[in-house]
Amino acid sequence: MEHRQLKKIDFEPLQLKQSEAEKIVGESTSYWKDAWRRFRKNKLAFLGIVIILLLGIMAIIGGPISGQNYYENRLLEANQPPSAEHWFGTDNLGRDVFARTWYGAQISLFIGLMAALIDLVIGVIWGAVAGFFGGKVDEILMRIADVLYGVPYLLVVILLLVVLPQNLWTLIIAMTITGWINMARIVRGQVIQLRSEEFVMASRSLGASNGRLLVRHLIPNTLGPILVTLTLTIPSAIFTESFLSFLGIGVQAPLASWGTMSSDALPALQYYPNQLFFPAVFICITMLAFNVVGDGMRDALDPNER
Amino acid sequence: MKWKSWSLLLTLLLALGVLLAACSGDEPAESEDDGTEEGNTEEPAESEDTEGTEEDTEASASGDGLAADQTFDINIRTEPPSLHPGLASDTTSGAVLYQIFEGLMRINQDGEVEEAMAESYDVSDDLLTYTFHIREDAVWSNGDPVTAGDFEYAWKWVLNPDNADTDYAYQLYVIKGAQAAKEEGASSDDIGVTAIDEKTLEVILEQPTPYFLDLTAFYTYYPVNQKVVEGATDWALNVTDTYVTNGPFLIESWAHKDQIVLKKNPEYWDADTVKLETINMYMIDDENTSLEMFNSGELDWAGDPTDALPLSAIPSLKADGSLNISPLAGVYYYAFNTEVEPFNNVNIRKAFALAINREGIVQSVTQREEIPAMALVPPSIWEESEEGYFKDNDVETAKEYLATGLEELGLEELPAISLSYNTSEAHAAIAQAVQDMWRQNLGVEVTLNNEEWNVYLDSMSAGNFQTGRMGWLADFNDAINFIELFQSVGGNNYTNWESEEYSNLIEQSRTETDPDARKEILREAEAIFMEDLPIAPIYFYTNAWLSKDFVKDLEVSPLGGVQFKWAYLAEE
Amino acid sequence: MVKYLLKRIGYIILSLFLIVTVTFILMKAAPGGPFASERALTPAIEAQMNEAYGFNDPIHEQYFTYLINAFTFDFGPSFKYVGQEVTEIIGRSFPYSLILGLEAIFIAISFGVLLGVLAAVQHNKFGDYMAMVIAVLGISVPSFIMAAVLQYIFAIYLQVLPIARFESFAHTILPAIALATTPLAFIARLMRSSMIDVLNRDYIKTAKSKGLSERVVTYKHALRNAILPVVSYLGPLVVTILTGSFVIEKIFGIPGLGSEFVVSVTNRDYTVIMGTTVFFSVLLLFSILIVDLLYGLIDPRIKVTSKEGDK
Repeated sequence: MEHRQLKKIDFEPLQLKQSEAEKIVGESTSYWKDAWRRFRKNKLAFLGIVIILLLGIMAIIGGPISGQNYYENRLLEANQPPSAEHWFGTDNLGRDVFARTWYGAQISLFIGLMAALIDLVIGVIWGAVAGFFGGKVDEILMRIADVLYGVPYLLVVILLLVVLPQNLWTLIIAMTITGWINMARIVRGQVIQLRSEEFVMASRSLGASNGRLLVRHLIPNTLGPILVTLTLTIPSAIFTESFLSFLGIGVQAPLASWGTMSSDALPALQYYPNQLFFPAVFICITMLAFNVVGDGMRDALDPNER
Repeated sequence: MKWKSWSLLLTLLLALGVLLAACSGDEPAESEDDGTEEGNTEEPAESEDTEGTEEDTEASASGDGLAADQTFDINIRTEPPSLHPGLASDTTSGAVLYQIFEGLMRINQDGEVEEAMAESYDVSDDLLTYTFHIREDAVWSNGDPVTAGDFEYAWKWVLNPDNADTDYAYQLYVIKGAQAAKEEGASSDDIGVTAIDEKTLEVILEQPTPYFLDLTAFYTYYPVNQKVVEGATDWALNVTDTYVTNGPFLIESWAHKDQIVLKKNPEYWDADTVKLETINMYMIDDENTSLEMFNSGELDWAGDPTDALPLSAIPSLKADGSLNISPLAGVYYYAFNTEVEPFNNVNIRKAFALAINREGIVQSVTQREEIPAMALVPPSIWEESEEGYFKDNDVETAKEYLATGLEELGLEELPAISLSYNTSEAHAAIAQAVQDMWRQNLGVEVTLNNEEWNVYLDSMSAGNFQTGRMGWLADFNDAINFIELFQSVGGNNYTNWESEEYSNLIEQSRTETDPDARKEILREAEAIFMEDLPIAPIYFYTNAWLSKDFVKDLEVSPLGGVQFKWAYLAEE
Repeated sequence: MVKYLLKRIGYIILSLFLIVTVTFILMKAAPGGPFASERALTPAIEAQMNEAYGFNDPIHEQYFTYLINAFTFDFGPSFKYVGQEVTEIIGRSFPYSLILGLEAIFIAISFGVLLGVLAAVQHNKFGDYMAMVIAVLGISVPSFIMAAVLQYIFAIYLQVLPIARFESFAHTILPAIALATTPLAFIARLMRSSMIDVLNRDYIKTAKSKGLSERVVTYKHALRNAILPVVSYLGPLVVTILTGSFVIEKIFGIPGLGSEFVVSVTNRDYTVIMGTTVFFSVLLLFSILIVDLLYGLIDPRIKVTSKEGDK
């Protein structure tokens, strides 16, 4: 313990200017910094992010590093167990399961991302416009959404997929046809809440246009809930695609997704379990990763927890 | 936070564990197969079914090698669309109708026609008039005698233009005046079928038809009980008092989309031959599920012709020797659209046909010991077809044809072509294999295009394809089934290929009464066809199925029919 | 209340109208008719069939007959299953789906709530981890894989339950479990977080400090309040179970409405497609309405007029 001697000067008031006195010394924490700090503390969610990044990287480089391609049939090498040459084995046409798994990752992740993106664009615009303008506009837009919301999602998806030409985009469009409504509702709710806040009033009184208000202030401030919804849309789109694949109306060959790979391998479960095991496990891991990230984000961004 | 990471890890481990458990366990399950038949009769789920009891009551067998309980369990996959013989037009309905109804003739175990409802028949010298004498002891399940009038009524009902959904009316078009009555408004009195008396039926044909007797065994030719059916439009919708049949089995119940139960018909004229007492027909759409039910003893039969085996199970089933295979009179082929470049050129068509390794497809993709097809008519009808008209996988010749064809078309190299097929695991696998062969052998880029079945048929009819997968199964045991298919554009000929010479030969064969001369004519037609190659035949179909060892005398016919009349379950 | 109800029913009718119209347009736009078959029909016979089924009428007439049929719930006969009425098909297949669905809902709710409560009470202890492992598995494994694995383990490997079909209670166990897994996991998670939340509330602490036993507090006071989010999940639950039945009924060979819908779509059996679609929609829309009303009754804090976030 060090003994400290106090001098008289220690009790004199500091000679500071007004401006300096009001300076904030501590690091200022913005909403986002705060959220990031909390998110980082959540190890599980952080792990989720890492897994998603790894999956993304492997989706791109997975095929090339194995030295195999996903489409080549080698009928004589069909149904092989994992080996040095075929790391995950081969399927019933002798195609390399490892290369196919990562190619499937591309397709599955692409479907998930595109579905989420389309939901995002339509949902945010719809919800923001409805919430911001209120009144008649809100009434009409939300009534349309309500009616659409009543339409059973999967029934429509299945009908659409059978009627339209079977390709990747049909699948994505079919999946987003009612998916954006949830996003629109969330955004609208947020915008309505924010609209009455002071900073919006201030901005408006400074002459900001409606467009500027929406783009600069309202949408950025609803980003939290939007992000959370997005992270949860991606896995559910991947899940839905695998469901549709099982019914035979998912992605069509020569494209392959984790969903089609698993449903193709299902009959071989007893004989060639490796063909089901790999795509199935990656579906599970992806679902888990996105779910924990989504949960983590919700915890981190939820202002109630601040 | 720490517990969460642990639980994640645990979750993953458990997930892996479950899958591994599911995966690695196949050895014991396989080896237990034989044991299960006796073993699982105590299962709570099965004890109330009759199906489970066949094994445990066998001890009291009657001594002639028959199991005491003659209950047979089979999967027919789907709900039969119609159990009205005049309305049915598919194999599932056929599989049921063959057991519960009977026509003038029946195809026997050896694939030959034999007398059934008709005790005997006479044919006129010009081969145009058939007179059938119906058995005295042929009775309907309600006790009424089966009369010639029942046949006349049934056939004319199908040929009545007011009766919709009679898709298979054309099966009757060999009868004089039949097509005119159905399509051109002619009177039904001019149809060449007359009940001379109670038990004598006279049929006059348009042309001598050597396979007419085969046709009378087909379900569109079945009689219906006029007394009961007339005026009752819905008689075949459910099993009620008005569902009256005349076959070896009676239909006891029909739980739609679920199960049909057949019982032996004690009043059947040949009831002594019929051994099976009960047939349970289940409707399980999923191939894996039905295979697993077979493995666990819940089914006595799996696979063709009423069901299908999952493609991926075939190698292991073959390896353990349990797979049965028999020829099926049908051809799997790729149709070329001969109106669209480059397939309007015969040399290009030849190049594509020759550049397919059929043996490879049969060996490694379909794996059901199909016969590589280098001809049109299946070898079960014409033995010569095993040879074929060209060499399989003849890459060198194919390249020569390709060069000639390109020159004729004035092309430097082939543009990308598209290969279409209807959505299915097996078609996709074959198409992918062929895509690869064409890419390697001809250096052509092939895009695959698949569509759901109904859509696919539409595109094919509209000519919206370059090459497209098709298949054809014979209705009766005659080459004309296949030759006739390509007589004119339209109908089931999607190739847009026509040949006057070919068509003339077919017409010539119709009036030829000498079987050998007729075959010569048809062979000549086939040769013309194979020279022009509007299709690339791939393989001739086979039936592939599993059956329990105690199932006896149940042969699968090359026509894809299955007859339970002669089948029995042996004592184990 | 009455006004709210009327408004909701109005929306339901609008939604139904939309569904019915969209389905009609899709069916008409779809390539490939219901009469397509491996054996092409002769043109004359096909023309006769088109006439008999009214396909030759002007499109708007077809639409209006169809609209009237849809709202009187009379869809006519199936194209594929000659002579069978669509209403009959729905009538005979729905009981299977209903029984299976109710069993699955029962399993999902009872085990979901149980797991959730267990996890919350044992917060951060072994029980919690185990419960959450099951929940996470349920959310991440697609139902068709789950079904195949269940079949494999219980029917083929252990041979304790039948593989497929629908004959006795034993037959329903595996499909019901497969159908219930995903919603079960959802409910368990919901229940856990809301229970943890409630157990930390002041009134629970008060109750405890008053000397009420742990058990009474947990099960009488906390459970009743914590279960509210689960009630609000009932609507989506019905949706999940119904659509899940498409896959599960196919795998287990159950002749229910879900498999009927899927089969009719691939068969292009127009009338059955319409019938099942309308029936499903009515069922879903009204069960969601009932759940919303129920929610309003149970929780007096919620006014029935606010209905956001029910999915």
